[in-house]
Amino acid sequence: MSYPTRRYIRKRTKLMRLTGVTGEILITAGALMGLFLAWHLVWNDTIQGDRQNQSATGLAQQWQAPESPSENQEPAAPAVSPSRDEPPVTVPPAEGEAFALLYVPRFGADYVRTIAEGVDVDTVLNSRVLGVGRYLESDQLGSYGNFALAAHRTTFGAPFGDIGELRIGDQIYVEVPEGWHAFQFRNLEYVWETDVDVLNSFPKMNQEAPGTRVITLTSCHPKFTVSERVIAYGLYSGWYPREGGAPSELAELLKGDS
Amino acid sequence: MYSALWRFLPGGLVLKLIQLAIILAIVVLVLFEWVFPWVAQTFLSEQSTVE
Repeated sequence: MSYPTRRYIRKRTKLMRLTGVTGEILITAGALMGLFLAWHLVWNDTIQGDRQNQSATGLAQQWQAPESPSENQEPAAPAVSPSRDEPPVTVPPAEGEAFALLYVPRFGADYVRTIAEGVDVDTVLNSRVLGVGRYLESDQLGSYGNFALAAHRTTFGAPFGDIGELRIGDQIYVEVPEGWHAFQFRNLEYVWETDVDVLNSFPKMNQEAPGTRVITLTSCHPKFTVSERVIAYGLYSGWYPREGGAPSELAELLKGDS
Repeated sequence: MYSALWRFLPGGLVLKLIQLAIILAIVVLVLFEWVFPWVAQTFLSEQSTVE
């Protein structure tokens, strides 16, 4: 009969303990990485997207509030056709500040995002409340030329997650305190990240004074990578001053805001 | 590691499970709200735009 000695048992237990703790640490590390992926790909997309939507809705409400709050003031009826007036040219705010709102009905009936000045990754594109940024070298909103925006295709709220779903003729609205600029989506293009001429005053052309207003949305392609860029172009289709009422397509969404 | 935590928690099986659930919820919340955003900003700040 040979029983294991105490010493042998203690030694074995220590080894087992060490193995056990190592295993627990590894399992914890694996769980943490899994959680991080869940956060990055799901939470970061949907929850942060909702937050960006909410902050944009808040700004829209501020602009809608009448200057002199008289009760029972009916908001202007939805406008069917744009105004003949020249649109106002937006004076850019400080970098990282929101100055306009982006509505793309194709991205969802309640889709609205703020547009901030600049495309800084940390302060604008990855922001919990901003998300969409204007390229500083592109033209001003309302002026002739190219109003070029950037946003994430995936993660960090994914403001341009559905950019590939745009169809010819889809409306892209940009709201400013004075009213709404409307653009009509024309085409998608896929380019390398070095093809910055998509931001030219007339995309891809070296034209100094273009006679058109263009909106350019840029995002990453393929999804979850940064190897290429997807570009969506829209041509100006009109200006809707606030007094004349919101474009009819947006009326339902804006009514829900107030 | 986890067995030590299990022994440290007071109460019976049900009480321990409830406490574990609360701890887990707090850990996940802290990770999602503060730790992961910091990690993403510090280590994953990919150059997704061209200046």
